[in-house]
Amino acid sequence: MEGQYSEKVMEHFRNPRNVGEIPDASGIGNVGNPVCGDIMRLYIKVDQQEVITDAKFKTFGCGAAIATSSMVTELVKGKTIKEALKVSNHAVAEALGGLPKIKMHCSVLAEEALRSAIDDYIAKKKKA
Amino acid sequence: MKKIYMDNNATTRMREEVLEAMMPYLTDIYGNASSIHEFGRSARIGIDRAREKAAALFGAGSPSEIVFTSGGTEADNLAVKGVAYALKGKGNHIITSSIEHHAILNTCKYLEKEGYSVTYLPVDKYGLVNPDDVRKAITDKTILITVMHANNEVGTIEPVEEIGKIAKEKGIYFHTDSVQAAGKVPFSVKDMDVDLVSISGHKIYGPKGIGALYIRKGTKITQLLHGGHHEMGKRAGTESVALIAGFGRAAELAKEETVSEGKELASLRDALYEGIISKIEHVRLNGHPEKRLPNTLNVGFKYLEGESIILNLDMEGIAVSTGSACTSGSLEPSHVLTAMGVDPADTQGSVRFSLGRDNTKEDVKYLLDVLPPIIKRLRAMSPLYEGK
Repeated sequence: MEGQYSEKVMEHFRNPRNVGEIPDASGIGNVGNPVCGDIMRLYIKVDQQEVITDAKFKTFGCGAAIATSSMVTELVKGKTIKEALKVSNHAVAEALGGLPKIKMHCSVLAEEALRSAIDDYIAKKKKA
Repeated sequence: MKKIYMDNNATTRMREEVLEAMMPYLTDIYGNASSIHEFGRSARIGIDRAREKAAALFGAGSPSEIVFTSGGTEADNLAVKGVAYALKGKGNHIITSSIEHHAILNTCKYLEKEGYSVTYLPVDKYGLVNPDDVRKAITDKTILITVMHANNEVGTIEPVEEIGKIAKEKGIYFHTDSVQAAGKVPFSVKDMDVDLVSISGHKIYGPKGIGALYIRKGTKITQLLHGGHHEMGKRAGTESVALIAGFGRAAELAKEETVSEGKELASLRDALYEGIISKIEHVRLNGHPEKRLPNTLNVGFKYLEGESIILNLDMEGIAVSTGSACTSGSLEPSHVLTAMGVDPADTQGSVRFSLGRDNTKEDVKYLLDVLPPIIKRLRAMSPLYEGK
């Protein structure tokens, strides 16, 4: 199965969850660049209790990039910021039934997008 | 679900006629072609006939100029390493292009480690090598020029006749990888002034695991596989008679049908491209508009990544590819598109449609029905597309 996607990856690729934008997002994470072939933009909406109530994404990338984006939004919804910071790239990959070795960087990108969105939220909160 | 195969530059469906030609050698005629008894002689006849047919496809002067190999990759390795080793005393410089198949590129890189020096010629925006660049790159140490006949990713047909003339004039061996060109455009080793030509069986509706290298009579070449006296002493190993017979039949059919099939494929391919540009915005044609294989269409869909397109088409039963099947395991952008100067972001969204004899007008119509919504959906997901 080396190099092939799992059923779960294909399912998320086929029906990605949470595609889109959050106009009044609490935090936005932007990672990747088109030369490498992946760009992820992750939006989070955070309430007073620091719970992520909504997450959406837009992604330019391969099947794995789209599936990991979809999965990371699913994983963080309902989590507190503190809990969300513990969501690792391995957790994303695992939730997808694994990723081909060569595509593991997509899960890293998903983790980075999440961190970047949380950083943005924290920075915005400090300013407010 | 309808299944449409449009990845014929990766491999083709073997023809029934080819299987029929192979069957006797997979069953009753099992002798070793080197044996002197009747069993062996029957197998030898099968090989001899196939070699004649292969020679005819190349336009070779004699069947003895054809060496069967395990495929295009081995043919390329034998040509490049074989000449490099044989002419070691004469020089150590090889000229090639930057858009070769990896069978050539990685062989050249290997030889660099062994002390050879290699010039990788640039290409223009269409993927064409400039023959003047070849001439300028020649030194008194140059022992081989190897430039592909037609590119596998974008289909651009290189000026091999002109390069061949330069090589002949300078007395340097010229090899061309015709793996993609064979069966798609008519050619002969005489017109190309070429000393060595590689062909693969499975790209011409033949079996996998068999290829051939044309080696002009008198060309100095060192064998890579040592053993018995098979293949005129140029490639040891008991011949795979069935594969060779299959190759022979495929070569024979290719020779007969290249011109007529090429015309049909070009008309289907052009209809496909016309449909794409009329229905989808922000697309670009990769490759030369005219000097191109009749079956190949490489299109860049801006703001998108190729794999997400091919996976979506796969879900609709359509098989196409990004760059090449051999590079799909890599994350590097296509070395061919990069060498052509395509913007790095735009190399990602390229899709290669390579048509074959099984494709129909209905296939093209179906593709044109399912592709636009896929592109639309993916672009809606792409952060690069916003506001475009």
